This record gives sequence, C-alpha cells and structure tokens, in this order.
Amino acid sequence: MSRRTDFPLLVRNPGMHYLDSAATAQKPRVVLDALRTFYETAYANPHRGSYALSMRATDAYHAARERIARFAGAVDSTGVIFTRGTTEAINLLATAWGRAAVGPGDEIVVTRLEHHSNFVPWQQLALAQGAAFRIAELTPDGDIDLDRLRRIVTPRTKVVAVAHVSNVLGAEIPLQEITAIARAVGARIVVDGAQGAPHIPVAFDERGIDAYAFSGHKLGGPMGIGVLVARREFLESMPPYQMGGGQIEFVNDDRTTWAPLPNKFEAGTPNVGDAVGLAAAVEYLDGIGMAEVARHARDLSAIAVRELRLVEGVRVFGPPITARCGVVSFTLDGVHPHDLATILDQDGVAIRAGHHCAQPLMRALQVPATARASFAIHNDASDVTALVAGVRKAQAIFGGVGTPAHAAAR
Amino acid sequence: MPRPAEPPESGALEALYQEQILAHYRRPHNKGSLDEPDASATAANPLCGEAIAVTVRRDGERISEVAFAGQTCAISQASASMMTDLARGKTLPEIVALTGRLAELLRGDRAAAADPALGDLRALGGVARIPARIPCAVLPWRALTDALLQEVTDVA
Repeated sequence: MSRRTDFPLLVRNPGMHYLDSAATAQKPRVVLDALRTFYETAYANPHRGSYALSMRATDAYHAARERIARFAGAVDSTGVIFTRGTTEAINLLATAWGRAAVGPGDEIVVTRLEHHSNFVPWQQLALAQGAAFRIAELTPDGDIDLDRLRRIVTPRTKVVAVAHVSNVLGAEIPLQEITAIARAVGARIVVDGAQGAPHIPVAFDERGIDAYAFSGHKLGGPMGIGVLVARREFLESMPPYQMGGGQIEFVNDDRTTWAPLPNKFEAGTPNVGDAVGLAAAVEYLDGIGMAEVARHARDLSAIAVRELRLVEGVRVFGPPITARCGVVSFTLDGVHPHDLATILDQDGVAIRAGHHCAQPLMRALQVPATARASFAIHNDASDVTALVAGVRKAQAIFGGVGTPAHAAAR
Repeated sequence: MPRPAEPPESGALEALYQEQILAHYRRPHNKGSLDEPDASATAANPLCGEAIAVTVRRDGERISEVAFAGQTCAISQASASMMTDLARGKTLPEIVALTGRLAELLRGDRAAAADPALGDLRALGGVARIPARIPCAVLPWRALTDALLQEVTDVA
C-alpha cells in the first residue's frame, strides 16, 4: 500500500520522485490540517491572555509538548524544550552550558562524521574557552573507531557530542557504547538526532544520555520547530540561553530570577502553531509505527544500493545494507554529483548533491561531494527505478568522459 | 489554485550539456596552478561549498596567463577552462565587462547569446533554462575578478 496519497505535494506532482527526505521531509496532510485547525480555532498568544481563546492556545501548546515528549520517550515533559531546530538546540547547549561549564584545559569530543551543526558550535566553544577539541576518527569501514574514542575521552572530557545517524552515510552509531565511554569519565553525552529521530525511537529515558536534539521538519512537521530533550538536572545546571518575555519569574531592577523548566529556555512568544504541527507529525509516524517507518526506508535503501552497484562506475559509501537508515550516498565516475542531480531533476528525481554540511567527513572520504538519495515512508520501488534510470542517463550523456584529465598548466 | 512545480522543458539537458561543454570538461585548458603568480583568489559556491582557485600572471595591466584548480561540476569546469583562454591579453575592466555579459547570457538575454565577444562561452547559454546552475557558471569568473582586485597574495 502506498502512503504517497497522504502527502498533498506528492499528489499534486504525480511525476515527482522525492528522494531528499534527509534534507527535509514532505508534509503529510494531517500536519497541514492541524496547522489550519489551530490557526482557525485556537490562535492567540498563550500564557498571557486572560481570555478563553488564549487558554485554548495555551492548552494546545501544552498538549503538543506532552505528545512530543511521549514520542521522544521522555516521562518528564518539562525537559522537552522547543527550539527552532536541531541547530538551535545544540547552540543552546554549547552556549548556555558550555560557557559556564567548560574552561581552559578541559576537553570536548566530537566525531569525524558530524554535521557542521554538531561540530562548529563545539569547535568554537573550545576556541573561546581555551579547551581542547578532539575528533573521534572512523575505521576504514566508516564506523566510529571505539578504541580510538576510548583513548581520547579522559577525565578532562566535559562533553562527548555525537550524531545518532550520519546524514551522509546513513549509519546508526553505537550510541550505547559511546554513552558508556562518556559516562565512565563523568562527561556529558549530547546526541544530534536530526537524522536519528526520523528512523529510530528516541527512547530518551532508556538511553542514559544527557541531551537529544532533533528537528521537526525532518519528521514531517513544519520548518522552524525543533526539540531539545534533556535531563532536568542538566538543564537546571546552566543559565538561560536567551532572555526576555516568558522565561522570567521576577524582574527586579538589579537582578532577575528564571521561570521553572521548560519556560526558562523559551524566551519570547512561543511557536505554538508549529509545535501543534509537529505533534500531528509524530502522531502520524507513531500511527504507522516507528519500526515500520524505519523498515520501509531501510528496505528501499537496500534495493537502491543493490541496483546502483550494478551500474559500472558507481561507488556507494556507507555501512552494510542492514545498518542503513534510509540514506544512500554515492558517486558516479566522470560525472560530478551536481551534474548528476541536474540530470535526475529533469525526470522529476530530487536528490541532494554536495558536501551535505559534513566537510570534515568528506575530507576523510576523500571526495569533494557525493550524490545522496534518501527514503521516507511515501517512497516506493518506482522511486528507486527512476533514480537508477537517471543515473544511467547521466552516464550516457557524459559517455566516455571518464575522470577528467588534471593537466597541469605548464 | 497554485500551479504544481513543473520539470524544466524537454531539451534542457541537451542545451546544457553541449558537446563543447563536455569537451572542455574532459580536457580542461590551463588546469592547475601557476608558479609565482602575480595574483590569485579562490571562490566558493555557496550552494555546495566547492571552490575554484585561480592564479594569474600579468604583463602590466594585461593578463598574460590564467590557470584554475578545483574539482567541480562540468558547468564550472567548462566555464573556467574557456575563461583561461578568453582572459589572455585582457585588462581588469575588460574582465568585469565580460563577466557582466556572461551573466546576461546566463539569464537568457538574446543579444548576449549572439555576442561574439563571449566566444566559446556562448555554449553556456543552456544554463538559462536551468537557473539553479548559474552560480556554477559564474564561479570561476568571481575568482578571477577577486584575484585581479587584490594585490598579489603571498603563498607562505
């Protein structure tokens, strides 16, 4: 059964093969409906208005937080902070916690496969605080090298920040082992779940981690809403990130006290509409079941890997088929990924081409760019067929090109 | 009701990947770096972060030699390769004027498409039908202009 009909944009574009869900997911109708219903029936500024409509908005916001906490496996919904997305959630931690907790001589550990949004904030924190910034390298197979990780995580390590799933390779990292390594030295463990949450249950309370960040738009929710799930004790240990309305308790002339969680971290008028939209998105995913969502994407990526490998000159990056979360990164000899993406686009196949905001990983893979196809619940085998046909077409257009000559200028 | 997104018209690929483009991609002219250049600069494509590095030698106000380096797409490689031929003997104002003319061509300007001053660059006219690729075609020219606007960059 195809779930394509649940997605109005895809219904409107019957010829489209959308294979860029790892960049952003298309929106199921229930999300668009939830947004419209909220704005038509419950829209007002929450918390502030002493009238019934404002109470409806407040209730909608609370209900969205509760629903998303349930999706994330967090019993304590006061540790569920709404942000603009994963990037803002990580910047919140690197700024509010990092500036207070990390000092000269301390160490910050990330991995080679991080997206820039879980790399640059920590790198810049280290530079600002005089801390050491260490990168856990990969094995030749593209897995995090746990032995080398053990060697760089020391009692001076304040935080280990890792992506749950690589946005380039689609590999799920061994979070349990990494958490144990961080815990053993008393380091915080922060997880970038931008690619993980759409494929793997967040199960926050079971993981023994300090924080997990994810983006609403990659789950089928609206752009501009994301979530930081964190331990209450962790959030209470740090000052606020931004200050202003809604996050204060008492403002005196010379000092201010902060509102209790989660409001302490939500300065300004909250993004209620998008929180409601995200709650509808996770309701949609839970309705299908995250196990089925993950299986569907994994099966399609497995077929894609198998079919692409039959094309001469294709090189597929990443883990074995069984460990792949709906992402297939590849190159085609003699055809740059951008040219490949343009050629695929002519046949309605939308893929991403480039460095995928993971330049440190691209250096390790020794490729300037890859093509990336990513799969979601609305895709089916016809999307894979179109992808592979487009790759063969690109090969035909560039026929006989081979790797371009790198003739030196005199 | 808003119109659904439409794929670009048919024939766009043939217009984009003309034989002349592919020939420059296969065998780029002046690829590499000049020793002891008088000027150099790198321009990155904001879409993908990929970069083209240009090195220039001058004879007075005029360019005597240009080379480019960087593993980028066929469109920017072809544009860069053609640029290294066309730039020879030109001054900075002439390069700025030519870059402007190229931008017109890439936006679909018919007069530009017929302008002999653009030489082989006219083969890039197909980019106008796939505007997402305009930054690729302009990339090497941004690097060259930057290089000429700067004083010699010391390479440590």
